[in-house]
Amino acid sequence: MEVRLEKKGIIEFKDDKVFTWPTLVAKEFLAAIFVTVGLLFYSYFVDAPLRELSNPGQAENPAKAPWYFLGLQEALVYFDPWYAGVVLPSIIILGLILIPYLDNNPKGNGYYTFRERKFAVTTFVFGYIFWYVLIYIGTALRGPFWAFFWPWEKWTHDFPTPPPLHDLPLPLGIVLMGGFYFAGLTLPALVKRDFFMKLGVIRYSLTMGLLLTMIGTVIKMVFRLAFNVKYIIATPWINI
Amino acid sequence: MKLIPDLIKKITDNEIWKSVFRHGYTDTPRNRALQIISNIWLHLHPAKVREHGTKIRFTWCMGGMTFFIFLFETITGILLMFYYVPDVNRAYADIVDLMYVVPFGRFLRNSHRWGAHAMVITVSVHMFRVFLTGSYKPPRQFNWVVGVILLVLTFLLSFTGYLLPWDQLGYWAITVGTNMARATPFLGHEGPFSYILGMKPDNDVRFALLGGTSIDAPALLRAYVWHCIAIPVIASALMMVHFWRVRKDGGISGPL
Ligand code: HEM
Repeated sequence: MEVRLEKKGIIEFKDDKVFTWPTLVAKEFLAAIFVTVGLLFYSYFVDAPLRELSNPGQAENPAKAPWYFLGLQEALVYFDPWYAGVVLPSIIILGLILIPYLDNNPKGNGYYTFRERKFAVTTFVFGYIFWYVLIYIGTALRGPFWAFFWPWEKWTHDFPTPPPLHDLPLPLGIVLMGGFYFAGLTLPALVKRDFFMKLGVIRYSLTMGLLLTMIGTVIKMVFRLAFNVKYIIATPWINI
Repeated sequence: MKLIPDLIKKITDNEIWKSVFRHGYTDTPRNRALQIISNIWLHLHPAKVREHGTKIRFTWCMGGMTFFIFLFETITGILLMFYYVPDVNRAYADIVDLMYVVPFGRFLRNSHRWGAHAMVITVSVHMFRVFLTGSYKPPRQFNWVVGVILLVLTFLLSFTGYLLPWDQLGYWAITVGTNMARATPFLGHEGPFSYILGMKPDNDVRFALLGGTSIDAPALLRAYVWHCIAIPVIASALMMVHFWRVRKDGGISGPL
């Protein structure tokens, strides 16, 4: 609200509030109508899928989770199920919940801006896009036995045998991963001191921990694709 | 022609009409406000809102659409419940009946199915918009948390519904999904460190989810009860909190 002294000397109150009826309600009704018409229209022409009666003895190939979980299923190519199916989604949910408490940048509250929150927007948009890229690959590019097919290729059962995978030697794996988190936590704190100071130790460690885990997940995928690495760290108890 | 105004006066100027509709429709600021605050459904809104909050280019209307699709799914879902029995010997046949026998059954099932997909999309886009406008910043941190839980519930709502047709698609999708639970560290029998707690196929988290070691009648019933009762009730409760907090946190966020 802004108070202005007009020429006549009368104090006039100016605020940007408008009546909800009809300004907002009309738009909501319109949106509701569009959604309804759109859904009914689509439903009239496109049938919901229904396959044969379920048969525990005959697995679908490929057996796919619903599309919104296919990013996680795609991650199974690169990680063991405990990570791809349980720990990774838990970290994502936890990370999302923590966002408001980690991002203490007071700017950019309530309006669109990239300039005032470059780090936050870049990180989030990257993760968001990455999630959907994995979903796209899992949905459209994975055929029988989860083999990879380009969109223009036909899904067949005889695809070339994938090259054999190997694990990194355990000491190397530990050094790589430990070094990655160590460098990732210390270097930015040293190079961008004000970033570190603004966040404080706890916020900084959590933010960077989550960010490094996201980047690390991508790096592991690259390792696998480029160097046929199965596990960075392979132990009898747990593999990463 | 005084007929129509006379008629309108006859209809509206009496005790019965006035007992239902408390105020007239003459376009006055007072009536505009009353239109919202004297209506139980509309008074979810304040009588006045900041102008930028009504702009589609600001909210993309995505939270509202998510809520609307939730209502849409509730109605089509209730109608589907008249025809569907979560019994492994009947479920699939009931869906086939819906597709080929029940009048408008196919239309009903299709719209419920596509609505579910649409809701997953709109809720993700809503989150994206809330992030881009920085609307999770003080004082709205907690509402973001409520939102994240709603996001997860939306996924689970859709996921539990996937099994109900009891066809190959749903069966194997749920197989893939719930097999992940086997690998839960400590709590799944194939997960790391599960030996510490003595996890076996018949006592781990997956067993708790499915009510058995494989997807069978108990799993179908569980999916049904979660899908039709438990999750919708929890999600509705959280949506009340969500909308309440949007207002208590000062309405739609905006530049100060
Ligand atoms: C079932 C799911 C959800 C429903 C029905 C819902 C509904 C709404 C509605 C109607 C609004 C008003 C403004 C708008 O339409 O954008 C809103 C605002 C908000 N939502 Fe949601 N939402 C849901 C999920 C989420 C999720 C997943 C998040 C974030 C992770 C979230 C965070 C917020 C926040 C922080 C606001 C306040 C935004 C502001 O003031 O600008 N909500 N929600």
